[in-house]
Order: sequence, then C-alpha cells, then structure tokens
Amino acid sequence: MRKPRVSRALFQVMAILCAVLLTTLVLLAAKAPPIAAYLNIVLGAAGSWDVAANVLVSWVPLLLSTAGLLVTFTAGLWNIGIEGQITFGAIFATWLLRLLQTSGLPPSVILTAAILAGMLGGALWALLAGALKTFGGVNEIFGGLGLNFVASAVNLWLIFGPWKRPGVASMSGTVPFPPALWLPTLSAQSRLSPSALVIAILGIALIYVLLQGTHFGLRLKAVGRNPQAAHLLGVRPWQHMMGAFALCGVFAGIAGGLQVVSVYHRLIPSISSGYGYLGLMVGMLSNFNALIAAPVALFFAALNVGSIRLPIVLQQDSSLAQVLQGTLVLFVLLGQGIRQRLTRKG
Amino acid sequence: MHIELRGIHKSFGEVHANAGISLSVPPSFIQGILGENGAGKSTLMKILSGFLIPDAGQILLDGSAVAIRSPADAIHHGIGMLHQDPLDFPPMKVLDSFILGREGGLLPERRRASREMRALCEQFGFSIDPDAYIDTLTVGERQQLEIMRLLWLGAKVLILDEPTTGISQPQKVKLFATLQKLAAQGMTILFVSHKLEDVEFLCSRVAVLRQGELVGESHPPYVTRELVRMMFGKEVSFGGRTTLPTGGPVVSLNGVCLEGGRLQVNDITLCARAGEVIGLAGMEGSGQSLLLSACAGLHRPVAGRIALGERNVTGSSYLAFRRQGVAYLPAARLEKGLVSGLSIAEHFILAEGGKGMMIDRRAAGSLASERIATYNIKGVPSLGVEDLSGGNQQRMLLALLHASLSLILLEQPTRGLDIESTLYIWEKLKERCRQGAAIIFASADLDEVLQYSDRVLVFFAGRVSPPLSAEQLSVETLGELIGGKGWERLPAETVHA
Repeated sequence: MRKPRVSRALFQVMAILCAVLLTTLVLLAAKAPPIAAYLNIVLGAAGSWDVAANVLVSWVPLLLSTAGLLVTFTAGLWNIGIEGQITFGAIFATWLLRLLQTSGLPPSVILTAAILAGMLGGALWALLAGALKTFGGVNEIFGGLGLNFVASAVNLWLIFGPWKRPGVASMSGTVPFPPALWLPTLSAQSRLSPSALVIAILGIALIYVLLQGTHFGLRLKAVGRNPQAAHLLGVRPWQHMMGAFALCGVFAGIAGGLQVVSVYHRLIPSISSGYGYLGLMVGMLSNFNALIAAPVALFFAALNVGSIRLPIVLQQDSSLAQVLQGTLVLFVLLGQGIRQRLTRKG
Repeated sequence: MHIELRGIHKSFGEVHANAGISLSVPPSFIQGILGENGAGKSTLMKILSGFLIPDAGQILLDGSAVAIRSPADAIHHGIGMLHQDPLDFPPMKVLDSFILGREGGLLPERRRASREMRALCEQFGFSIDPDAYIDTLTVGERQQLEIMRLLWLGAKVLILDEPTTGISQPQKVKLFATLQKLAAQGMTILFVSHKLEDVEFLCSRVAVLRQGELVGESHPPYVTRELVRMMFGKEVSFGGRTTLPTGGPVVSLNGVCLEGGRLQVNDITLCARAGEVIGLAGMEGSGQSLLLSACAGLHRPVAGRIALGERNVTGSSYLAFRRQGVAYLPAARLEKGLVSGLSIAEHFILAEGGKGMMIDRRAAGSLASERIATYNIKGVPSLGVEDLSGGNQQRMLLALLHASLSLILLEQPTRGLDIESTLYIWEKLKERCRQGAAIIFASADLDEVLQYSDRVLVFFAGRVSPPLSAEQLSVETLGELIGGKGWERLPAETVHA
C-alpha cells in the first residue's frame, strides 16, 4: 500500500535538509562560520520586536503577490510579468497621490484612492500580457518578461524625467510625500502599517475562498488543466484566462501601491524589489495552496530580513537568503519529481 | 525468434494484473492475445517490451533467459512494440522520427536512412513521404511508419497493441497483408486485440486472458461463441437495431462547405430528425470530424446554412449551440472531453453550470453519487477522472450530458471499449433517441455503423455520399465506398461531388 501523505512529508523534510546542506557548503566555501551565519539570520528576523515587525513589512507585498499568482497558476498561466504589474501599481498610486496631494481632501480618501489606482495600474498591465497571449499568440512568459523591462523603463523615465526631484534627479526616487499621506504605522519609528497587514491577510483569505469554494475558482482550475475540455463543458476559456490575469494584476497593484504609501512614501527605481519573482517561488514551494503559501511567504520574508545582519556582523553578503530560498525551491521540486518517479503507476 | 514467458506476475497495488501467465510462441507465427479491457493484455505486452518490470517470472528468447529492463533493452534483443497510440513526434519530419532511436555516430546518416526507408516502403507497398511532417499523416500511416522503424532497428518480434483501432478498413487490409508477409519471413508477431473478427482472421493461434490469467488457447478454425465465453466467462449477444419512429427536423444542413487543413468537404445537405441515428463512415480524416464539429458550432462553415430546429444558427458559437441542446463527445476522452486532475463530482459542478457564486459541495456530491449509480461508473465522487478506465470515462461523458438534449454528436463513441461497455453505451444512447434526441456519430468500426445507424453518410477524400439507408447496406458495399469504389453506382443526382 502507498502512503502518499507520509511519503510527501518525508520528501519535504529531505528537501529542506538538502537545501540547508548545500547552503552550508556555500558558506564553508566562502570561509564563513555556518552556525554563526544561521544564528544571525534567526536573530536578524526574530531577535527583537523591531526586526520581527520588519519581517511583517516584507511579508505584506510578498503575500499579496503570491495571492495574485495563485490565481494565474490555477488558470495554468505563468505570470512572470508580475514584477511589471507591481511596478505599474506603484506608478499609478504615485500618480494619484501627486494629483490629489494638494487637493485638500482627507488623507484617508486620498490613500484609498491611491490603492484603488494601484489596483487599476496592475490590472491594466496584466491585461496587456493577457491580451498579448489571447489575441497575439505571445506566450505569457515571454510577454510578461518583455513587459517587465518596459515597466521598469517607464518607471525610471518618470523618476528621472517628468517626476524628477527639483534640481537634480536621483536614484533615490521622487520627492517623498508629506507624512500626512503616509499610511499610519504602529509607532513613529516602525514601518509596519497595521492596515497594510490586514489588507494582505484579507487578500490571501479571499483568494483561498475564491479558489476552493466558488464556481469561478473551479472553472479557472478546469481551464488551467484542460482548456479544450473546459470549453466543451461550457466554460469560456479565454475570458477566464483574462479574468485570472486581471485579478492577479489587481493584487500585484495593491502590493505596489502599498510599497509607495506605507514603506517608501515615494516612487523609487526598484519599487517591485523582486517580490514578484519571490512570489513565484513561494507559489511553487507551497504547491499552489493558499493555506501553505501564507506561512511559506512569512518564512521567506524572515530569511530576507534576517540576512540583512550578515554583512554587518559577519562581513558576508546578504544574498545568502536568496541562495537558501533558491536551493529550497529546487530541492522541493526535485523531491516531487523523484517521488512521482518512485510512485508512478505502470 | 522463439519467445517463452514463464509464470509472469505483476501487481499494481491490490490489482493482480498478471497472475502467473506462461506462453510460448514460435517464429513465423501470429499469436493472438484476446481479452476484454483490464484483462491484463497490455500489462503482459509492456513487460515483454521493457516498459514494465515483472514482479516474478522469466522471459526466454530462443531458449535463454534474458532480463528486459527498458524499451531500449527490448529492441536490443529484437523485440519491438507498436503502441495503441503511435509513439512518434508529431512536429517532426517523418525521416527524423524514423532515425530517432537508432544508435550510431554523432551525425545521423540521413541519406542512407532515407534510402532504406524508401526500400521498406516499396517492399510493403506503403506510400509515405520521408520529408512530410508527422502530423499530416493519418493514424494508419503513422502505424506503417512505426512498423518500418522497428524493422529497421532490427526487430525480430513485433508486438501490436490494438492496432486496428482508429484505422480504416483499407488500411486494416494493408496492415494484415503486411503482418502475414512478415510472419512468412520468419517474424514472431503478437497481436493484441479485443476484436474477435480481426483475431479470427489473422492469428495462427489465440490466447485468451481474463482477470490477469490465461484462461485458454484456441486454434483455427475458431468458434466465435467459444472465444466470447472464454473472454467474459459467459455468452454475450449484440442487441439488434431497433428503429424508432422519427420526428421533426433537429438539425438541417443546407449546402454546407467545410474546410479544415488541406481537406475540403463540399455541399453537404442533411437533415437529422428527432429519434434518428446517423452514422458517418469513412477513412479517418475524410471529413467526418469536420462535419461533427460544424454541427456543434466548433467549426464555422465557409458556405451553406446550418439550422437547429427552425432556427438558423450558422456562424454561432459552440456555447450558443450548447444552449440549444447540442452535445459533443470527442474521440479523445481524456484529452478533449474531461479535465484530468478534477474529480468526478467537480465535473458535474462544471457541467451543470454555477447557480450563485459559492459551490454547494453537498448537493454536487449527491448528484455525482446518483449519476455514478445510474450510469454504472466504477468510481466515487472524489475520484480523479484520470483514474477511470476508458469505458468508465465514456460513461462519465454520457453522465455529464444534460437531461434534455436535441442533438448528440459522437466521435468514435466506443473506441477501445470492451463489448459489455459498448452495449451499455448504445443502450443509453438509444434511450436518448426515444426521448427525442437525434444522434450523429462517426466510427471506424463498420459493424457499429451498420448496426446502430438508421442512415449512413460515407466520406471519401472530401466527397460525401447522400444519406444511405443502413438496412440496404452491407459491410462489403460500405467498405468499398470508403475505399473510393462503387460511387458511380450511387443514385447519380444525389452524389455531392
């Protein structure tokens, strides 16, 4: 008798051990003490309330990107273009803040409108990738990759062109918005905004319900697995694919908008910060399940924040977190592949 | 080569697919392997050809025991297998597919391969262009290509798994002639099938499998009734045609012209009435699928008019046709008809369409259980459809059909199914006819076409015959028409050229 659940758990544990082992070898090759490095990551992510809050700050955009990506993954789409969608969410939010910052409207109204604009920006950029795929026959991976470059070029052009700081344009971004237009944080020093956290958690919960319990979610799943059969069963494949793109874009747009209103308070060149790509990894690692994705995203955020200490304490590069994340995804996918080989029927 | 299998055992979980099978086949011999679906035929052949490794048992080739651990091992020992679905590479050219699998230097010797392929073509009377792309070939031609490739790789044993499924009558005749020629040259041939007439016609001896065991062997002259009894453990008889009174027009085609790929079918005029069954016969790829797709709204005609009832629906979408009570069941059940990865219950939710936003899982589960019982599907609501057998997948597709339908279109409705499932499927379909639906189906099985149709349309290279009364057609006449003969004897004024 096969015990799928036990063997799956066993393979996951093996994969994590392998990833840690490989990362340790990398550390040894870099002549760094591995135990101290891991200890510093843990301290860096959970050593104080401040750093723990920073982990949550990083969790918000990652969780939102992942939530959006779960929708496109379910529809069988590889939305690599999510980075550009985050960037356009940030651009639209910035645009709206610039437009309304002197309007005298209450800050809560302006902030809400900025997030809505971010949603619109992300969705439009995602629909562009979707339209390229549906009507132009451009694979969404290539289309998305191309649109990422365009989005980041548009972003740079805005920062160094129309929206540049008075005097000299700078890589540090546009002029910061007045503190009244910052999303309120826990305390004056903290960057953690409770409302951003609530939005992210509500977002992933919404996606969970959408994918598990609704007709729309089931139809997306059918389209993702077999568009032709789904069509014969009465589902409209391309409309659902476009819907998935738009929804993912909305979530990416919220992530981008929140980075502007609650973290950087301005538009910066690398506003998407790679959260989209990281979200793709979280999605794959959690087997496209929203319930698993939330803690996995938290873990990845902790790794990112924790490794910031490394250059300071151990004079090691902070990209160690990326090494660990990358190897983890590879080993988990490898484990799934091996498990499938071993349990394959016939 | 002399093949001997001794006490082969193979289990999948709790299913004992092969329970101690022993079989000995001499060279220059066509050994038939007969059995219904799930009898263990394919498992046994996959063991012999290296796709599966047996749990116990021995394989002896010319008296010496060998270990066959992979398909490469098998071909190394001279055993080649022709799968039910040709294992070739549709986006590649014929010659490239032909060369693949051949061991050799760094660079393939294309010129020599091409020459040798042409020689093989000539020997067997095949006409395949080495520079054509695979996806332009018919299933029968791909089979011919695969046979030549295996011979070229040095196969001395040829295993054929259900080779007559999906190929036309003339292609079948050619295949049988080829196999007889190969046997005369000393080849050992294993012919796996559940089609009695094929096996009876071709094989020097027949071994019958049932539930993983070899239940008996039979020599010519064969007694059909005896073979059937061995296969099923009981006697089965086909139900006769029951002609139902036919009602008003359900679908009418008027001068419809269709284009698909290189194929053009001109000027089809047809009216199917409620309760009527229309069979489409012809070589695969002669336009039957185009006609079915057009009747489903999946393929837009270039000219002509299609009406459902009295309503002109020319150019409407599939979903519009579907709303009018049209259902389409494709030949590739798991590839086009069902979504693998979704459960039986989830398919019913999809097919019924959503009421409200949230799914009522409990209602869906009870609907699924009810349909599973009605349609005699071996499975539970939470089972993934990919785990259903071919016969159960087809039952599943029938179970998904809406309650009130006016037109049911089927492509190869019983392909690959055993006799019991075939009878069951047609019983359900005839029930639909009694409720007032019209059925149009395409089948490569001439007996099926003649047995169940009221009228038959024959397709040949873009030509379509006028509707012919099935009662006045014989298998011979139909076979000739499919092969392009005897068209001049059809009523001249109704032949659509």
